[in-house]
Formats: sequence, structure tokens, C-alpha cells
Amino acid sequence: MALIVNGAQVAVPADPRTSLLDHLREELHLTGTKKGCNQGACGACTVLVDGERIISCLALAVQYDGREITTVEGLANADGLHPLQQAFIEHDGFQCGYCTPGQICSAVAMASELKRGLPSHVTGDLAADSVPATREELAERMSGNLCRCGAHNGILDAIATTFVLDEPAPYRADRPVEVAA
Amino acid sequence: MTPFTYARANDPADALARASAGAKYLGGGTNLVDLLRETVERHDALVDVTGLSAEISETADGGLLIGAEVRNTALAEDRRVRERYPMLSRAILAGASAQIRNMATVGGNLLQRTRCTYFYDTAGSRCNKRSPGSGCDAVEGFNRIHAILGASDKCVATHPSDMAVPMAALDAIVHLKGAGGDRTLPLRELHRLPGDHPEIETVLEPGELITAVELPPLPFACTSTYRKVRDRASYAFALISVAAAIEVKDGRVKDVRLALGGVAPKPWRAEKAEAALRGQPATQATFAQAAAAEFADARPLKDNAFKVPLATRTIAAVLGELTGETA
Repeated sequence: MALIVNGAQVAVPADPRTSLLDHLREELHLTGTKKGCNQGACGACTVLVDGERIISCLALAVQYDGREITTVEGLANADGLHPLQQAFIEHDGFQCGYCTPGQICSAVAMASELKRGLPSHVTGDLAADSVPATREELAERMSGNLCRCGAHNGILDAIATTFVLDEPAPYRADRPVEVAA
Repeated sequence: MTPFTYARANDPADALARASAGAKYLGGGTNLVDLLRETVERHDALVDVTGLSAEISETADGGLLIGAEVRNTALAEDRRVRERYPMLSRAILAGASAQIRNMATVGGNLLQRTRCTYFYDTAGSRCNKRSPGSGCDAVEGFNRIHAILGASDKCVATHPSDMAVPMAALDAIVHLKGAGGDRTLPLRELHRLPGDHPEIETVLEPGELITAVELPPLPFACTSTYRKVRDRASYAFALISVAAAIEVKDGRVKDVRLALGGVAPKPWRAEKAEAALRGQPATQATFAQAAAAEFADARPLKDNAFKVPLATRTIAAVLGELTGETA
């Protein structure tokens, strides 16, 4: 029984009541992942499981045996910050910073959802193979991550400049563009 | 949370055996873990069924069979669903957040419990659903989000699912496996109205497992949509919602499917409105009259009378959108 957290094998907690969030923070001391509401309403605890975003507060850690978990600590590497982390700094994508790790993990997975053509609530044509990366699309897709400081405009600018090709900041809502890998 | 044991079901028989010994089925956990944490529910054992049927396959008659453990995102993303049953994709995409949709399963979505705040308030509120016979603080309380159709004086809670609303409109069939064998059930009959026993929410037998949901073919459902009205633009439960599919021929409504969310203790098939639409001219006047007919017997509460005109107008607007017959 093991989870793979940021590439390292770690034991599954003995008590099945332990949420993935509590396991990451209290047992593994990966405190980048934040506990906001602890009831699935804020997105601060967002992590990646096999590249897909989930909220770790409503996830029992035992359910993720054998799965690859990536937290915000796993996004940066020896070369430095993840490009999205750097963009959050450059675009004032935060004020207090509490929601930031969840925003960043969420946006990384969101970019791949957009790239594979997953529609959203605001997508006009469900049958289309690709979805235009408008600001409205980015906002809807990031709606599961609340920012009480109200840094959403900076957050969307950071996401747009990181994952959207050929588009200088600030991102222009009226110019849909292709999404980078 | 009170202590429980955890096991993964290897196959449906294993799941049933554990359930017959008292275990509770666990899907994505997005509702059950919260209910356990708040001690609204207490279970000694959980059996994780997410490793069971997670396939979407074609049926012989041209419909789709959706494994109960298909994640909400996977169902909304499926190209066949997007093209043949767009209202189902739209309903799922209107629900919760991307993170939660990645976790939540189809079976769990159907069996999720009401978000009535009094149901969740174990510390200070009476709730007949949580504690049978204790009374209902919602009936006389702040009941803005509660039901206007199908409720009782024992319970006015709504069913919170978006996904189940188009499924009710599509006459989806629930596939079940239980101690007595396999059976199927119209999804519209899965959930009970509260009556005197709001604690009994479905017609499932103890330990019975949802294995799949079948969508029958419905060619005109390619012209369908889902509109959700809520307090903010995203990531909120419905105040009211409308799933609609319509077929118009020679200016008249040849066939129509309408179901509503946020108004009743179960996904609400709007049969009266459908009957008032079939064969009639596809005009805004007809749409408005049919929508009004559905709410002739509505029983609004102190704080939610707004749902009647809101749902009436939304039905007419959605039918107008689908037919091009706008006001």
C-alpha cells in the first residue's frame, strides 16, 4: 500500500478516515497544499492525481493507493519555479497567498483539459473538437478555486500568459487563441 | 468522523457481500466524506466501488450504457453524449467544480443527499430526514432554496443533482444488482417523495448496488439543452434548472421532454407541461402556458415563491432557445 507523492513512495495512512489533505500536511509535512473550507467549497486543497485535478479535503487517502499525487511542491524543480508560479509573481496573482497553491495546481490541469478539448459550462459548441481559450472559458474553468482577496484578474492573466501562445499580457478576452502544451 | 473500516470491492459480488454485512458503498466521496465528517452519517464500514464498472458502451438499440463508476467529467466529455444528449453534458458541466466532477461518480451523483442546511446542522436543527420524527426546521425556517413541488409537511428539501435532471427527461433506466438478483428501474422511480418518511429517499433495497445507467435512444435529444439558474455564475447549486429537448414539425410541437431541478425532492419530470405542449403551435405563448400549467399545484414556502415565476420563465426561454421562437 503506497501513494506516490511528487515521485516518492509513501505509506497509506493506517486510519482510513484520514483525508488526502491531512495526510499530505500532517504526516508528510507538505504544507503547500492548504486547508480552506475542508468541505469541497473553495479549492484551496487542489492537487493532481495522475495529472487530473481533485480536491484533497474530500478524498480519503486510502482511495488513492498506487496513484501519483502531485502537490505544488512537485511543480517546481531544480531549475527553479514552474512557469506558472513565476507568472503569478509577475501578474500579481495573489495577495495573501493562501489559495495560490490550489490555484496553481488547478490551472496546470485546467490547461491540459482545455488542450484536449473538454468543454465547459460556457462552451458554445459541444460538438467542436477544440475550445477557444477565451477569458470567459478560463474564468469558468477556474471557478472551483475561490480567492477571497479578489486576485482573480491577476490569476487569469498569469494563466493566460503561461498557457496561451502568442498572446502578450494582459490577456485580451476578444482574441481567442490556441493553447500551448 | 466516527471510525470505520475500508475495503475495495474486487467485483460486484464482493461489493454486495460487504454491503450485506453492513458496509456503505463509497464512490468518489465528494458527498459521503463530507457527511461522515459532519456526522450526518455514521458507518462502521465503507466498501469502495470505484474500481467496478467505469465503461460507457453502445446498447443494441442505439442508446448508451453508462457504468455507475464513470466519473462525471468522463460522462460529460464523451463525444456520443455531447452529440446525442447535449443536455446531459451541459447539466454535468453546470454542476460543482472541475475538481469535484473529476472525482464524483454517476452512481454517487444519483445517491447524493440534499444540501438543505438544516439537514447538515447536526448541532442545532431538527430534521426528519436526519433524525426521523424530530421535526423539520426548514418548513418554518429560512427556506429560500427549498422545494415548491412534491414536498410534504415533514420535509421540503430538494434533490441537488444536475445530472439526474436530464436523465429523468431522457427516461433513463437504472441497472441494479442486489441479493435477489439483477433488475432495472426507471430513473424517475428511483427517488421517493418524502411523504411521512423523508429518511427513505430511494426505492433501493438494503445493499442494492447501482451498476449502470442506460440512456435509451432519443433522436430529437440532439436538440436539447440544460439551463441552470443560481446565485452566482458558477460553482453553486441550482435555485431552479431546466432540461429540455424538443422536436418541432410544421410549426407544431411533435414531441418534447422537460425536467426540472431545484424545485422538488427528486428530479422532476414536467409531465403537465409536456402534455400541454404536444401538438400545439411552437410559440412563446404556448411555452409560457405550458410552463405555468406545471406549477398550477406548486406550494411555495415563505421564502421561495420566486421559484414559480423564475422556473416558468426559464422553461419558456429554454424552449424558445431550442426552437428559435423567442419572445
